[in-house]
Amino acid sequence: MTGDPLRDDLTADGPSGAAQGEAAVVNAVGLHARPSVKLTQLAKTFACRVEIALSADGPWVDAKSPVKVMRISAPRGATLHVRSTGAGADRAAEAVLSLIRDGFGEAAEPPHGTAHG
Amino acid sequence: MAELRLAGRGAAPGLAQGVVSVLDAPARRTGRAAGSPAEERAALLGALEQARAEVEALAAATGGEAADMLGFQAAMLADDELARPALDAVAAGAPAPAAWEQAMAAEAAVYAGCGDPVMAARTADLDDMRDRVLAQLAPPGARAAPPPGAVILASDLPLSRFLALDWSRGGAIVLTEGSPGGHVAMLARARSVPMVVGLGVVGLGVLGLGAASAGALAGREALVDATAGEVTLDPDEGTRVAFAARLGEATAARGQAARFRAAPAVTADGTRILVNLNISDVAELDGLDPAICDGIGLVRTELLFHGVGGGASGRATGGAAGVAAGDTAGLPGEDVQHAAYRRIVEWAAGRPVVVRVLDAGGDKPVPGVTPAGESNPFLGLRGLRLLLRHPALFRTQLRALARAAAHGDVRVMLPMVTVPEELDAARALLDAAVHELAEEGVTARRPMLGIMVEVPAAAISVHRFGAEFFSIGSNDLTQYVTAAGRDIGSVASLADPLNPAVLSLVGTVARHGRAHGLGVSLCGDAAADPRCIPQLLAAGLRALSVAPDAVGRTKQAVAAVRLGLEAP
Repeated sequence: MTGDPLRDDLTADGPSGAAQGEAAVVNAVGLHARPSVKLTQLAKTFACRVEIALSADGPWVDAKSPVKVMRISAPRGATLHVRSTGAGADRAAEAVLSLIRDGFGEAAEPPHGTAHG
Repeated sequence: MAELRLAGRGAAPGLAQGVVSVLDAPARRTGRAAGSPAEERAALLGALEQARAEVEALAAATGGEAADMLGFQAAMLADDELARPALDAVAAGAPAPAAWEQAMAAEAAVYAGCGDPVMAARTADLDDMRDRVLAQLAPPGARAAPPPGAVILASDLPLSRFLALDWSRGGAIVLTEGSPGGHVAMLARARSVPMVVGLGVVGLGVLGLGAASAGALAGREALVDATAGEVTLDPDEGTRVAFAARLGEATAARGQAARFRAAPAVTADGTRILVNLNISDVAELDGLDPAICDGIGLVRTELLFHGVGGGASGRATGGAAGVAAGDTAGLPGEDVQHAAYRRIVEWAAGRPVVVRVLDAGGDKPVPGVTPAGESNPFLGLRGLRLLLRHPALFRTQLRALARAAAHGDVRVMLPMVTVPEELDAARALLDAAVHELAEEGVTARRPMLGIMVEVPAAAISVHRFGAEFFSIGSNDLTQYVTAAGRDIGSVASLADPLNPAVLSLVGTVARHGRAHGLGVSLCGDAAADPRCIPQLLAAGLRALSVAPDAVGRTKQAVAAVRLGLEAP
């Protein structure tokens, strides 16, 4: 998987700093304890606001709060929407989407498939 | 008071005599005078900070999955959002402990209510955080740690509490809930702490005691026979004398075994036998001297990468007792795996470390990886069969192992191999992974590649397999050869590793190894069974792999064997 497809579902909104995209949760356990810690740690490395939601209509929750991220309890197969606003929003959204797509560094197996680079 | 016998299930064998210490949420039973809203707010914030510091200190002193679980708790406790509802309630006049308990109950309801068992299992972590903060809010006298040697009574015991207790002077764990397949049970076995789970609440009912008033049991004398799963409260004099005699015998036997523990295993007529360890988690190696073994004969990677905190209890997973690796899934990424393997390799200090690649399926289902609804999972898609269907998962583990092999003698073991083509396919994947790492300029080394011999087809025609070493999985081999499951009580006696057919296969594999200069070990329960050891050695085995707490008695049993064969 190259970095380019990430761009396809990212809508960058100019220098004012806003970006949004979506990615499927592919790791076996979903967005739970260990993945939540990873996601919030990554989000905290960006100064801009980073939020996630299970639907493009929200409700949006702060991706820097493990408590809030755990509450949305996104299972494997769920689509996570990511949006960011502020300085470096583009990079933040891309990094978070990339982490989700990468299965949070955990087993990222489709149920019966094998394709994962 | 007449003695009371209560029945549960043994989760870690052993005997203990001690005074009952009840661990459940002491703060809820100690009357604490509530202060002004400002004082309560300060008390709650202080308790949260203390609890977070405690968890971080524990995480730093722990390894493996336990550290990840504690890291999760620390992150949650550091998040202002966790206590926000409680602080709101405190501002409105609620006492800090009640406000905190209610907030955590609401949080747990969200997890439990989402219909996902993996998520529901995380409520055990919330309970752990809740109790840790409550303990900080309790008056100093009420949060004294149980005295060393106490019989800990609780509904369930979170992993962090187990790790924080002092087990150096004996003691035992008695839980009204809990699971023998849980992480705490595994560590209790590794550290020789007797543990009984699922203690009959019916028995407590006889006394008119519900779980809420279990505190009335505190301070009473208890005899724990965790081998039989029995607990005797307020023993009669006769019972106490008889138990003391058994305890004395067991202590003497352990003392004798301990004398053998540190020295190499040698038979009575001088044949050196290798004794290796079976482990399931890096934490089992904490405080263990590598000199007691010749290496690690089996690293099970299912529990090692079991989800964060998942082993703390079988309770939250819908009461599915004994689901050791079943309730959460997934190997972590290559870097996380590499770090875990490397810690084990560094502990081993040059001794061989045999790592079994993910052995899911059979009695170890992994949701999303193992197929659901197989009519007979033991004859289904498990072990290597499953891994070959998930090459990405397999590749990640092989890469992590090849990287760890740069730091020591890592050997990769394939489970459930049936035909040579499976070994060939795995070898091709391993070689490709090593090649890739070299191209990427990542430090790595090709580890030795061997197979577990547990399928009769592999044992009978072992000469067909170009493996670099063999390890006999006697539990599965026995049940496949005798067509009898150990876990089915009515046929368990047929599942005998001393069945001549099983011993004959052990002999076949041992002879093949010796003829070709390839290592052959055995890593099932039979390896640590004094009844089996003489016949296994007579069949030609010269290496046994056993649980860390079985090393002493295994070496002792070896020392009693007279092979009377050819000179070594």
